[in-house]
Amino acid sequence: MATKLTKDQMASYWGKTSRLMWTILALWFFFSFVIHFFAPTLNGIRIFGFPLGFYMAAQGSLIAFLLMCFYNAKAQNAIDEEFGVSDE
Amino acid sequence: MSYAVGGSGFLNNLGRIYAIYTGTFAAFVVLIGILEWMGVPSKILGYLYIFLTIGVYALIGVLSRTAEVSEYYVAGRAVPAFYNGMATGADWMSAASFIGMAGSLYFGGYGGLAFVLGWTGGYVLVSILMAPYLRKFGQFTVPDFFGARYGGNVARSLAVIVLIMASFTYVVAQIVGVGVITARFLDMDYKLACFVGLIGILVCSLLGGMKAVTWTQVAQYIILIIAYLIPAIVMSFKLTGVPIPQLMYGFALEKIEALEKTLSVAQGHSAPFVDARGNYSATAMWNYFALILCLMVGTASLPHILMRYFTTPSVRQARDSVAWSLFFIFLLYFTAPAYAAFAKLEVYQNLIGTPIDKLPGWVATWGRPGLALVGACDAANAAQIFPICTGVRGNGDGILQLNEFRIHTDAIVLATPEIAGLPYVITGLVAAGGLAAALSTADGLLLAIANALSHDVYYKMIDPTADTKRRLILSRVLLLVVAVIAAWTAGVLGADILFLVSWAFSIAASGLFAGLVLGIWWKRCGNASGVAGVAVGFAVCMFFLVATEFYGPWVKNTLSWMGDIQIVKIRGRDVAYIWGINNISVGIFGIPAAFLAQWIVGRFSEPASQDMQDFIDSIRVPAGEVKNIEGAAAH
Repeated sequence: MATKLTKDQMASYWGKTSRLMWTILALWFFFSFVIHFFAPTLNGIRIFGFPLGFYMAAQGSLIAFLLMCFYNAKAQNAIDEEFGVSDE
Repeated sequence: MSYAVGGSGFLNNLGRIYAIYTGTFAAFVVLIGILEWMGVPSKILGYLYIFLTIGVYALIGVLSRTAEVSEYYVAGRAVPAFYNGMATGADWMSAASFIGMAGSLYFGGYGGLAFVLGWTGGYVLVSILMAPYLRKFGQFTVPDFFGARYGGNVARSLAVIVLIMASFTYVVAQIVGVGVITARFLDMDYKLACFVGLIGILVCSLLGGMKAVTWTQVAQYIILIIAYLIPAIVMSFKLTGVPIPQLMYGFALEKIEALEKTLSVAQGHSAPFVDARGNYSATAMWNYFALILCLMVGTASLPHILMRYFTTPSVRQARDSVAWSLFFIFLLYFTAPAYAAFAKLEVYQNLIGTPIDKLPGWVATWGRPGLALVGACDAANAAQIFPICTGVRGNGDGILQLNEFRIHTDAIVLATPEIAGLPYVITGLVAAGGLAAALSTADGLLLAIANALSHDVYYKMIDPTADTKRRLILSRVLLLVVAVIAAWTAGVLGADILFLVSWAFSIAASGLFAGLVLGIWWKRCGNASGVAGVAVGFAVCMFFLVATEFYGPWVKNTLSWMGDIQIVKIRGRDVAYIWGINNISVGIFGIPAAFLAQWIVGRFSEPASQDMQDFIDSIRVPAGEVKNIEGAAAH
């Protein structure tokens, strides 16, 4: 632990971290905006009585956000451990 | 081992301690239930609830008293991810979330879901863009980051100004919430109730700062989530036979849609982007997305939330903690639409079309003068029984029609226990939950403001040689002063300022988001760019806020080159809606302005020094020391 990364290692570490960030940011954008754009159409489908467009805004996207946060924590830990820079 | 709050014995046994606490609270609720059954009047039960819960918070506050700077400002950085998640949940969910949101969903239907989305999705941004890096940075406040990253006191002062503007309006609204709940349940004068609430807030935070607030917030979260879930579960069981409200309200939505047809309601509950006549409206859609964006980016910029991630033991736990925060917030937010749907079904199914003299008891209970949250406005003199009916003309046929029924936003959550046929003990529990939500948020906000004044303004800018004792005394004095000013403002202005809350999100988002994100993710941007980002974002946001709210006609005449501008009469003023966008989403101007200003200035001004770039590298990696840099020196 606490080993200092070389310049190349640092670039590679930050590259992987950035890629993870952009991936999740894209998913965030999709579940925050894109999917709800289609809500009027999605409402034609019903699951358990829920119109799907309504369901996505009331629960679906929230569950996606939650999974994204837990996945980000896990995936970033894996990157940290790969480079030996975890702080635990 | 020390079993004092925050000691090692305490930290190693958190699960057991809070389990015992939860059990004791459940026993207390049962005891109140027995008292009610024995015939004790509900007013006394209300007093028991409010003073006993505040008593517990005070006890935790006193047990957490501290004389250490790091405990006072960041709870000794000893709060495990899971518990920091709970504390953030309480810090985050305010009186507006607890009592108001289900009501907004009742009235707004699909449109109200912008709040559900906006107040959860921002945590994804906190998780990927900020929390771990701010934790590694390892200072005490959000302005600390601006001071260190953008070369000193100019950036720090700007961040302090934005922080105070955003947090102060927000904290006043929380005290209004405390005042309204206390006044309602104790039949107390509203202004007096604001000051009773003030005591409830100060006993938690004054002696122990962040450490006390943290462990009180965990306790408050437990009460508020129990209080929120129980009535919804019972209501779901009553209406559908299955006690899982979040799953079962789909069937309620189906029935609502059928009833909307028979009652000829044009604006369907689950129909997206429709105007009052039920037609698709692009303006409604853009407003929906603008509000979501402002609330999400605002979430990721509000200092009282970001500073919670300064308190975890490690960077890794800061990240885990964001996920846990969202989990605990999710539990309430995915239940809120169920409240709205069940209440609406109850009203459509069992209330409309009922003879006035056969209305269920809860209408009279919540409609009487003093509460005035519900009204059956059929008879010509209905306003004498139901003050909320003032100005509504019923047809006087002795039967309640849809357009004769009035209900206040707050009534949805407050009256659900009685609608579900639950005894007063549960209604009181809901009040205690609402109080916990308002108190915990107020504590977090007050601490954010007082810490910015004592740490950033006094210690960092006025007297860097001040000793620990002096700094902590000053922090407490400032906390007291800010709290009294906030309570006084709440008492004088009353509920009229509640609309300011949504502005707080736009202000924080415009002023702080670009500076935080680019400061971490764009290594090259120098001091001038950060200052420009904060200043321009904040100025643009405030300009559009003040201009659209107070100078609507001027905006329409002068800024017509921007495109379509409508004048809408709300809050007794002519408010300008640029492109039809409600001015609570004014962050849509401020946020891009901040990014643009910071990017342009960053491109054409002196880039960050090599030392600064090394500093940024050091906060990007969890392990290792943070590179020492002016303004980020160890305390």
